[in-house]
Amino acid sequence: MDRSAVAERLEEVLVTELGLDADKITEEANFEEDLEVDSLGVVELLMALEDEFGVQIPDEEAENIGTVGQAIDLVYGKLES
Amino acid sequence: MSRVALVTGGSRGIGRATAIALADDGHKVAVNYARGADAAAAVVAEIGDAGGEAIAVGADVSDPDAVDTMMETVSTELGPIEILVNNAGITRDGLLMRMSLDDFDAVLATNLRSTFICTKAVLRGMLRSKWGRIVNVSSVSGIAGNPGQANYAASKAGVIGFSKSVAKEIGSRGLTVNVVAPGFVATDMTGELSDDVLSAAVSQTLVGRVGRAEEVAAMIKFLASEEAAYITGQVFRVDGGLSL
Repeated sequence: MDRSAVAERLEEVLVTELGLDADKITEEANFEEDLEVDSLGVVELLMALEDEFGVQIPDEEAENIGTVGQAIDLVYGKLES
Repeated sequence: MSRVALVTGGSRGIGRATAIALADDGHKVAVNYARGADAAAAVVAEIGDAGGEAIAVGADVSDPDAVDTMMETVSTELGPIEILVNNAGITRDGLLMRMSLDDFDAVLATNLRSTFICTKAVLRGMLRSKWGRIVNVSSVSGIAGNPGQANYAASKAGVIGFSKSVAKEIGSRGLTVNVVAPGFVATDMTGELSDDVLSAAVSQTLVGRVGRAEEVAAMIKFLASEEAAYITGQVFRVDGGLSL
């Protein structure tokens, strides 16, 4: 899976699982500040990503996720390795 | 609407009555037990005879691996758990001066650690379905304290703090967490008390008798229902007016 395919599926998860507005989702969008995802929402996002992509995201790596782009990079990196 | 419920410590006492009450409400019920396999099977049979659906699942609920296995069994056989009743509990009564650390640890493990383990185990599924009811069984001992029950009261007070915190964490997702605090209820657990202690306790109630397990189960059943959606983070005493 290339990065753009990861991005596409991840954005779909954001819309279907977290109920985010597709129009507001950009790679630069910050989950908490721009997309109004609360702290539990970030946890739900991680769970959804783990289910969707079959990866494990440890807490210490999850802390680095601020924006949609960073989430894509994290998942993409996991799938690569 | 039929949901899937798990009642820990469901083979006897309040847990047994709760399993039967939830099944009576149309829910599919997993009856957890630690050692009472026969008693749990009897509860399952009673529910089945009444036209309900139930399974018995053995697990030490203070053991995370055993709980994981139990949750998988319930999910496979009944479906994702949407109602969790953390009821499993033990006593190891004694005055603090005579209470061993083992007695403290054992009670905390079965009564409080289990609540943490089981709640965490069901949370993911509940968050996904955006519906869930968690009812934790505490005790008036956990609210007021009780001589001879420093360990038990600590565990039951812990259940209250735990429940209120989790209620705050997940309230926005359609999940509720509430606590039922029974007073003196006729079960095997209170059967261990001396007649003197029981009659003294009864004299403190307004109703003038010990409670029945079914009377506690009725409150748990309500808190697990659709109708209780606007109630969360609360402690409900079912104690015959013991508190007044």
